[in-house]
Amino acid sequence: MLPRHSPSARARLLDEVGAVDQVGVEERVAKFTTRSIKKAAKLWGLRTAISMTDLTTLEGKDTPGKIESLCRKALRPHDDPKVPPVAAVCVYPAMVSRAKAIVGGSAVKVASVATAFPSGQTHLRTRLAEVRGAVADGADEIDMVINRGAFLSGEYSRVQDEIASVVEACGSSALKVILEVSELETYDNIRMASFLAMGVLRPGDFIKTSTGKTTLNATLANNQVMIEAIRDFYMDTQIAIGMKPAGGIKTAKHALQFLIAVKETLGDAWLTKKRYRFGASSLLNDLLRQAEKERTGAYQAPYYFSDSAESY
Amino acid sequence: MPSARTKPGATRARLIFGDLWEFDPAPETADPKLRPRYDLFIGGRFVRPRSGRHFDSINPANERKLAEIALAGPADVDAAYRAATGAFRSWSALPGRERGKYLFRIARLLQDRAREFAVAETLDGGKPIKESRDFDVPMAAAHFFYHAGWADKLEYVAPGRSVAPLGVVGQVIPWNFPLLMLAWKLAPALAMGNCVVLKPAETTSITALKLAEILQDAGLPPGVVNFVTGAGETGAAVMGHPAAAKVAFTGSTEVGKAIMRQLAGTDRRMTMELGGKAANIVFDDAPIDQAVEGIVNGIYFNQGHVCCAGSRLLVHEPVAEQVVSKLKNRIRVLRVGDPLDKNTDLGAINSRAQLATIRRLVAAGVREGATLFQPPCQLPEKGFYFPPTLFTHVTQSHRIAQEEIFGPVLSVLTFRTVDEAIEKANNTPYGLSAGVWTEKGSRILRMSAELKAGVVWANTFNKFDPSSPFGGYKESGFGREGGRHGLLDYARIS
Repeated sequence: MLPRHSPSARARLLDEVGAVDQVGVEERVAKFTTRSIKKAAKLWGLRTAISMTDLTTLEGKDTPGKIESLCRKALRPHDDPKVPPVAAVCVYPAMVSRAKAIVGGSAVKVASVATAFPSGQTHLRTRLAEVRGAVADGADEIDMVINRGAFLSGEYSRVQDEIASVVEACGSSALKVILEVSELETYDNIRMASFLAMGVLRPGDFIKTSTGKTTLNATLANNQVMIEAIRDFYMDTQIAIGMKPAGGIKTAKHALQFLIAVKETLGDAWLTKKRYRFGASSLLNDLLRQAEKERTGAYQAPYYFSDSAESY
Repeated sequence: MPSARTKPGATRARLIFGDLWEFDPAPETADPKLRPRYDLFIGGRFVRPRSGRHFDSINPANERKLAEIALAGPADVDAAYRAATGAFRSWSALPGRERGKYLFRIARLLQDRAREFAVAETLDGGKPIKESRDFDVPMAAAHFFYHAGWADKLEYVAPGRSVAPLGVVGQVIPWNFPLLMLAWKLAPALAMGNCVVLKPAETTSITALKLAEILQDAGLPPGVVNFVTGAGETGAAVMGHPAAAKVAFTGSTEVGKAIMRQLAGTDRRMTMELGGKAANIVFDDAPIDQAVEGIVNGIYFNQGHVCCAGSRLLVHEPVAEQVVSKLKNRIRVLRVGDPLDKNTDLGAINSRAQLATIRRLVAAGVREGATLFQPPCQLPEKGFYFPPTLFTHVTQSHRIAQEEIFGPVLSVLTFRTVDEAIEKANNTPYGLSAGVWTEKGSRILRMSAELKAGVVWANTFNKFDPSSPFGGYKESGFGREGGRHGLLDYARIS
């Protein structure tokens, strides 16, 4: 699409996708936080958020036992039968086959981070091999990281070509492209990177804020910049890309604010796990806690939920 | 599983803003603590009007009566001026730091009762609770705080010169921001050492009379502030009273001109804050989504009952289609309805008369050939409501591009060059405010110099601060409110 190392590549890309005003977008999202969601609407929002959760564990100390515990919680988050299973479990490639053995055949998908998550700093061939390996082990979804080094040095076509290669390596598995927004720093960059990714994605693929491994992860403002990019891309091409904010969303109240942003920006068609996900671990228990409070009218003791140090 | 990429088809993509996730009602339930009947506030006490007459103040959201408000006649206005004149000598002789203490006290008491005042403001005026809660009441308190800070520093407000109060000031305020306009008027006048006779708008007197309770609680000396309530005749009596050293008026240009005619040839000082028909100018390099947000904030804030509302959108032709299409999607998610609901974005129109004015001008827009857009929305059956409205294909000669509608109605015009934008923006008898949206800093500087408007906002709209002077050019009035400039308009400088 763009020549490599073109000195005007950045100017042309920014001109093509349009700039973002920081003050303005932060003011816009502040309005979502003043919405007051009560009663049936709150319960609907909480259950929808549960159904959109990618229950995640990405630690060096992950063990088969922990993966099993995570997967069982994903299938049955709570003893209330009205509480849906979560959308997916998200694990490292080495844990994919273990997870697949437990959730395979259910509604819960197995998502695997790949492409040398979280830094992505290895050869493309290694990254692609990792993707193919995870897919071969049964990953339904791949969460890749973009090449931030290439992006920040202005090699936009390289960023995009690499994403295209990963799309190919995914085969029929869905792809989520992590922009790692805190390393891109500006809203202009986040918008540009969103368009670079969407340009080679398939309907049903996602763009995703962050790895959860840096200081700043999903915020309402960078979520807003990305869903506005998704909306603009959809209006231009009719290709519907999904969105996954990840990291930093720890409370039910915060998650509902993200859903309000979706409702008022992308509309009803994105209020589904097919097009919107939360990448989170501790969020799930707060969603369950609040849903029980809404259902019973009182907060339940913490030991009624499967709380543990890692929240499942 | 993702499907194969498809080429864009012939049908256009649409977003669905439906009822998949309907919000439950979320009414604000704080008690506004209204009295069934309010008398006049003269000489520090509530006194019955000489006429013995009261009129009803109704809730525009459901047309139900809220309270009875005293109707002040010329004799009552005269009594108010006598009380103010009597209080002036000792009030103006107080050291500034003592006057400042009263202002701090008023500000804090208002903060203490913020929720109660917000509900009262919404019930009386129809504005959404989130605006009275997050804007009107905190901003009113901020004006008292700001001017409290000036009260003991008056010798520095005009370096090298000295300032003195004028005497008794007559003030008349509008119904769009009842409490905030009152704070804009009262706080600088009191900080400088003046006494006040103020008339709130007839449809929105309640928060002024509730503030009178705060003035009593604050121990403000009797007569320093007096509130007389009523309609146009009472206002004329306040503006025309011979004991007034200065009059300050915020309202329509038509009434402002009448006051100026009435006072021509007298030595009365005046501040006039009148109508507007602000241009909000969007260039092709602007951050479009944030500009759209600014346009919405500019015209639909407070149902468009804002004198500095961005009621004319001037949009650069290359991006006109994109801006209008995004604007329409944005307007579709505005929530119109019960002003007390915390999720309401557009509340009730202030009065039946104002609703009739808006309808008349919108009908004129359609008749003159502009294209009307209103999103589908369910308006409550009782009460005065009007949906957010957008007119495209508007030209300078249309009434909706010239006259102040004072409602949620936006007229969209296009331009080709910077010069054309400036020419069209200035092609109005008004000059209160303007907005410029561009990523180019040099263009912002040029526009702010060439736009004949008291306020030019760059990449934002409808932003206010007590330290920032506000006021108009041309038929939008003269004098400033807020900041050092506003304070000096209440002073004799020597």
